[in-house]
Amino acid sequence: MTPRRKRMIAVAAIVIGVGAATAVALQAFQENIMYFYSPSQISDGEAPRGRAFRLGGLVTAGSLQRVPGSIEINFVVTDNAQSIPVKYSGLLPDLFREGQGVIAHGKLDDNGVFLADEVLAKHDENYMPPEVAESLHTPQAAGGAS
Amino acid sequence: MAVAQAFFGLAGASRGNVAWMRAAQPAVAGQWVFLMLSFGALVWSFIQFDFSVRYVAMTSNSLLPLFYRIAAAWGGHEGSLLLWGTMLATWSVAVAAFSRSMPLPYKSRVLGVLGLVSVGFLLFMLFTSSPFERLVPAAADGNDLNPLLQDFALVIHPPMLYLGYVGFSVAFAFACATLIEGRLDVAWARWARPWTLAAWLCLTIGITLGSWWAYYELGWGGYWFWDPVENASFMPWLAGAALIHSLAVTEKRGLFKSWTLLLAVSAFSLSLLGTFLVRSGVLVSVHAFASDPARGLFILGFLCAVIGGALALYTWRAPLLKSDGGFELLSREAFLLFNNALLIAATGLILLGTLYPLFLDALGLGKISVGPPYFGVAFLIPMVPLLLLLGVGMHSSWKRSQIGPAARQLGVMLAVALVAALLISKFVYGEVHAMGVVGFTVALWVMGAALLEPIRRRGKLRGMPAGFWGMTLAHFGVGLFALGITGVESYRIEKDISLGVGDSTEVSGYVFRFEGTEQVRGPNYQATQGTVVLSRDGEEFATLYPQKRFYASGGNPMTEAGIQVTPARDLFVALGEDLGAGKWSMRVQYKPLIRYIWIGAAFMALGGLVSIADRRFRIRARAELPKAAGRLAGERAR
Repeated sequence: MTPRRKRMIAVAAIVIGVGAATAVALQAFQENIMYFYSPSQISDGEAPRGRAFRLGGLVTAGSLQRVPGSIEINFVVTDNAQSIPVKYSGLLPDLFREGQGVIAHGKLDDNGVFLADEVLAKHDENYMPPEVAESLHTPQAAGGAS
Repeated sequence: MAVAQAFFGLAGASRGNVAWMRAAQPAVAGQWVFLMLSFGALVWSFIQFDFSVRYVAMTSNSLLPLFYRIAAAWGGHEGSLLLWGTMLATWSVAVAAFSRSMPLPYKSRVLGVLGLVSVGFLLFMLFTSSPFERLVPAAADGNDLNPLLQDFALVIHPPMLYLGYVGFSVAFAFACATLIEGRLDVAWARWARPWTLAAWLCLTIGITLGSWWAYYELGWGGYWFWDPVENASFMPWLAGAALIHSLAVTEKRGLFKSWTLLLAVSAFSLSLLGTFLVRSGVLVSVHAFASDPARGLFILGFLCAVIGGALALYTWRAPLLKSDGGFELLSREAFLLFNNALLIAATGLILLGTLYPLFLDALGLGKISVGPPYFGVAFLIPMVPLLLLLGVGMHSSWKRSQIGPAARQLGVMLAVALVAALLISKFVYGEVHAMGVVGFTVALWVMGAALLEPIRRRGKLRGMPAGFWGMTLAHFGVGLFALGITGVESYRIEKDISLGVGDSTEVSGYVFRFEGTEQVRGPNYQATQGTVVLSRDGEEFATLYPQKRFYASGGNPMTEAGIQVTPARDLFVALGEDLGAGKWSMRVQYKPLIRYIWIGAAFMALGGLVSIADRRFRIRARAELPKAAGRLAGERAR
């Protein structure tokens, strides 16, 4: 084989390898894209069933319920127009509080309850996730986010 | 007074920049002195509790200990930009001081490019985010530094990271100067190598500290989240690693010239992109500071100018650059080419995952985020072949297409690594897991291959250059790193549970017994502290005290995890919240081999450091010139 030919083979091997790897990566990409929905969008039936997505909004004041001693917790997320009940089992972030912005990752069950496997709260007092800020309905709440 | 003086200093420095092209060296020194002065002034206002400076009032507090007050100087947006500028000036001074062997026109071009970058940054700072803005009337007390940032690792993390980011500007400047001069020789690759290594080394340390900090401080026990800002620092790191290897080929063999230049440009562009992502507030993450659209626009413009300018320069000059001849399929050149291709593939995939949601959002096509599992897969695909090839590549030789006498030993070693990986999975962790076996095999193989060369050459090790030791150390570190990742990702156990006083839970043979909580006091916080006793086979061996801290200045509670460390594994307890009925929620984790991730990274950094010390970069730089010129003449004759 001439050196030139060898080099061609090497280049071809790289191209094929990179191509195959890209295909697998894009597949993973497709599977891991998570959409964001507000409670209003979910009420309108826009959110997918059986597929994980992110829900964002404010934790409704007074909606936090916990069986004493259990790590299961129920609360309601609202965008001031619609509300979605959320069920979660696990450690809540330090900044999770009623009336504050929150993003939950999980799936919707058949009864319209959002089963969260991860809950993220904003990370400082003056900060609201932009997605949540934009999805809120009352001008007052949206203004408070900035 | 100090503030006003620093202001003049800044203005003077940026004016000094314009004249820089003519009187490069004194200007570099002048700019550095002024920036150091202004940075010193900022630190001084922090030490003195000068709450009339807005930035100080925002990020400091009268209760903050001295050490953190100094660190608070770069704890916010404005200060960290000033740090950026100061570091850029520091790098420039270093280039000016340590590059006596370079021809003067080339050197002043390098400094000139650095000056342009610096002008851009200083303008940005002056117009959108001056740290010295006055607050009238002065605040009575400050807002306090975000408690998350009050930590030793975090004090060093940003400066190291910035040193790395900014350091790539040196490689960038070298590349630009090469293009401007239309230099055909490869001497520049030798000059640029130690600088690139230094930048990459700092970035390695910076990222590692950040990861380590996230692990023990954020309370989730994760060491890497594929958060966009982390990606933003990781991409220049990957590109920088590729650049180091490709510079080696350019220097030794005169190949990949234009590719190397392009890489140097990309590494710095990715650093700027990282800065843009973090500073502009387009991203939502732990790292995002308060945002301001003007800042984002400015950096975006600057980014476009840098990338656009460099690429235009490249298209103009690149046709001049021809590589000296080809290379063989199994030569070291080829392996380094694979290395580059795979590293850049990883960078590209991460870039895709990081930027895609931003594009969709900008186009109004919906809000999405890309989940961490994507990055895991995307990173693994190029890394496994990279590590497999690394083992062989280290033993290949320049020019010739043969692996040499080590081929046989390498084959045996691969088999041993595979068997060892199977045994470890089966008997240590009790579960044979495909990715676990692949990971352990690759990790052991790379570590073995890295050690093989020094072992084969025992007896004549004294004569080996520092570059050789650097390579061995860094590659051994890569192996350790892979070992750590494999252990944690394949065999970690995490549990969120509710425990009452006296209750216990078991994770992988370790029993965690909760003994209750008490209130404790720190210098500027109050904490609820849990007591958790660890035992194994009925034998108590450690007590952990995870805390929930409430800082005096702000309402943010903070989780301080309790961690028990041995070389083989970490045991991790984070205190959740009072669940009522005398119970507390708790996160309990078993993390096998996690330490090796950071130890491996430390080895990589150490390898980089040793390589910089190679005498070749200093002594031969001068002697190389006639040789390079000779090669150039030969090329023309052909």
